[in-house]
Amino acid sequence: MAQSVTNTPASQVNRVKFLVGGLIILAVVIWLIISSTQASAQYFLTVEELNAKGSEVAGRSLRVSGAVIGDTIQYDPQTLTLTFQVAHVPGDNKEIEAQGGLAEVLHTAVVDSNRPRLNVVYNGVKPDLLRNEAQAIMTGQLGEDGVFHADELLLKCPTKYEEAVPEQVEGSS
Amino acid sequence: MVANLGFGALVIAFLIALYGIVAAVVGVLRKIPAWVDSARNAMLLTFPLLTLSALSLIYLLVEGHYEVEYVASVTSNSMPLYLKITALWGGQAGSLVFWTWLMSAFASAVTLRRWDRDREFLPWVIVVAMVTLAFFLGLVLFVENPFARIWQLPQGQAVQAMFQPSGSVLFMQPDGRGLNPLLRHPGMVIHPPLLYLGFVSFVMPYAFAIASLVTGRVDDRWIRLTRRWTLVAWLFLSLGLLLGGRWAYDVLGWGGYWGWDPVEIAAFMPWLTGTAFLHSVMIQEKQGMLKHWNMVLVILTYDLVIFGTFLTRSGVLSSVHAFAQSAIGPLFFGFIGLTFVISLALLLHRWNELKAETQMSSMLSREALFLLNNLLFMGILVVCFWGVIFPLISELVSGQKVTVGPPFYERATAPLFAGLLLLMGIAPLAAWGRSSIQTLGRAAWKPALGTPLAVGGLFLAGVRQPAALIGFGLVAFTATVTLYEFWRGALARHRRAGEGLPLALWRLASRNRRRYGGYIIHLGVILMAIGIIGIEVFQTETQGTIAQGEQIKLGSYTIGYDSLAVFDTKDGRNVARAVVSVYKNGRYVGELHPRRDYYYESQQPMTIPGVRSTWEDDFYVLLVDWQPVSTEGATFKVYHNPLVNWLWIGGLVFILGTLVAAWPEGEHDLAVVHVRRRGYSTVEA
Repeated sequence: MAQSVTNTPASQVNRVKFLVGGLIILAVVIWLIISSTQASAQYFLTVEELNAKGSEVAGRSLRVSGAVIGDTIQYDPQTLTLTFQVAHVPGDNKEIEAQGGLAEVLHTAVVDSNRPRLNVVYNGVKPDLLRNEAQAIMTGQLGEDGVFHADELLLKCPTKYEEAVPEQVEGSS
Repeated sequence: MVANLGFGALVIAFLIALYGIVAAVVGVLRKIPAWVDSARNAMLLTFPLLTLSALSLIYLLVEGHYEVEYVASVTSNSMPLYLKITALWGGQAGSLVFWTWLMSAFASAVTLRRWDRDREFLPWVIVVAMVTLAFFLGLVLFVENPFARIWQLPQGQAVQAMFQPSGSVLFMQPDGRGLNPLLRHPGMVIHPPLLYLGFVSFVMPYAFAIASLVTGRVDDRWIRLTRRWTLVAWLFLSLGLLLGGRWAYDVLGWGGYWGWDPVEIAAFMPWLTGTAFLHSVMIQEKQGMLKHWNMVLVILTYDLVIFGTFLTRSGVLSSVHAFAQSAIGPLFFGFIGLTFVISLALLLHRWNELKAETQMSSMLSREALFLLNNLLFMGILVVCFWGVIFPLISELVSGQKVTVGPPFYERATAPLFAGLLLLMGIAPLAAWGRSSIQTLGRAAWKPALGTPLAVGGLFLAGVRQPAALIGFGLVAFTATVTLYEFWRGALARHRRAGEGLPLALWRLASRNRRRYGGYIIHLGVILMAIGIIGIEVFQTETQGTIAQGEQIKLGSYTIGYDSLAVFDTKDGRNVARAVVSVYKNGRYVGELHPRRDYYYESQQPMTIPGVRSTWEDDFYVLLVDWQPVSTEGATFKVYHNPLVNWLWIGGLVFILGTLVAAWPEGEHDLAVVHVRRRGYSTVEA
């Protein structure tokens, strides 16, 4: 950023000084980005991929997306324990479009009993948008019991609304 | 009829925008002023046309013309009038119309100013504004038409089209699907238009920057002309972000205000470059440095604004905000790419003319510290950008989609924000040109004494979290330095002119609005930092199911469950409302009414917290579940958010400071002084 007008030795020393300063800041930012990415990267998997990997990914921070099966939603307000099942939906946007859009994909996923499914347990307040054929994006770990322990639950209901609606629930931990 | 009228106005506005671009370019190249005047008239004509179009859409929304698909998708009979009107920006197509309307309003306002001294900028400002306008109008016309109606074909299928397919009849729906209940909140009603106001007004400084590059008049005239615009744009953007946070806090029911969601980040990124820009233009004005850098910043801000508009309205990233899936993605990326490349090419073309006039000599000079501030803002921008695109990159590289969540952003940006907080304290003390550790130390030692006192006091009071001690230490340092600046300035006036201290303080601030407005903004940021540290470090929560008469305890607070009522409202809600008594240290302090509204129409419940708000903390109670008949009781989730109100109070101070800085003052005097110092003569056309 510091351009020199004249090229006296003093101004060159200055230039080097500022260059070094800038590089140090650049290095700090890059280091912050790399280390933070490593510390908090979450693998985004579909239910199918998760079932295929199984214990291989147990204990790792994961993000899984699936279609909520309404009949399986159970909530115990005493312990604030929420359990439900999600059915596999494709992770790729193009694939979803090809199959007729998200609403259609979610609907088929729930109706089709042959789809791979995943049991989810979450501890906290029951989200307002949790219902049949909603898309759930869950962050958490796969337990040894094959149940997904979600720390964070994100829900979308594309059938109903086009506009921007955030609905997020922070983990209770 | 009205739909045709609105659509027709859009078509004409689009054609006029295209004509205006051609007329302005021809006028400049052939040197025919009449053509430029014609382009200017075209610009002015777009505003009434788009006003007509927007009013038509509002009419359709208010009157419930559900044969128009957009109207059916965002309104319903049971919605109150103000929500029907604001449904204009409730969906993608409508918000694009709203965007173009604002754009034409701002561009017209700029066109109407006196151009005597800056005649050569006019055609290019018109070109940039019209190209942007034409792009959005094209999107509205060809991809996202809000006036498209639903027609029933003879075979019975319903199709969406603007004009009647042969043999079809209008498909009338009895009622619309209604605006999402989550959006029916005053914060949500005004938060999107404020963001859009911010977005759109940032187009103007960019237009002037491009005009300056094209015409080769690359002195800092464009910066002076747009300084107030930029501040106002920045104010709207800041307000939009703040209100978005407030809305999340009130409505989303998890006691938070910012979730590092891609859409929040999309609105935050132009704010970051805009803030950096506001700081670094001062260096160009005072020292004639960083000219290339300011151009880069304004170009980046413009393209981030377009990117932000796109992200908030498409489904490109897995965001909780972005519900809309539509075909506008490639068009947006094409436009962003094109404008970015053309702008950079222009900048390179003028590169040598933008050489710095003086040279940065000292690492501790004010300009060097401002540069550092810019680098930190850019660092935060890079972190944000990386976080947003990382899933796409990882998928391209490894085929595996990997995302990063809030912990990534918090971890990576916290040191950068801390650095900014520290700089906010140091930079105002540093001198322009040359500054050394000694001169800086002499200026800083007195106010800096407050820092060890504050940190020591907190430590003795039992605060042990390092993040809180560092954070509050920085806050104390910057706050005392900033207040000391006010005190020093007022005291000097008091001694010199014999003014009373309050009067001296008032005159000091009103005579140097930009400087002291800036300091007031800094004080606002400091207060906000107090709130953020409070809720991030000290938030506690608990939950429990209790019968009537029983209690839940959290820290010094206790709530008792008194009663619960379930009833229907006229606007189609079923409300479950609990009454809880709140005790602090065993003393009764009032009651709260957390509730759950169930919207029959959209079958969606909405949890509304009961909040007891004080200077010291917020006590936030959510009704999670209940047993209406038996005496089993109800489940509550309870949050204690210390200091969080300072976030909102700081926001108000921040806005006040921006208003002070943007308030008109004797700008002409400034310009005259400047002309004498630099010795350039303005070019008259």
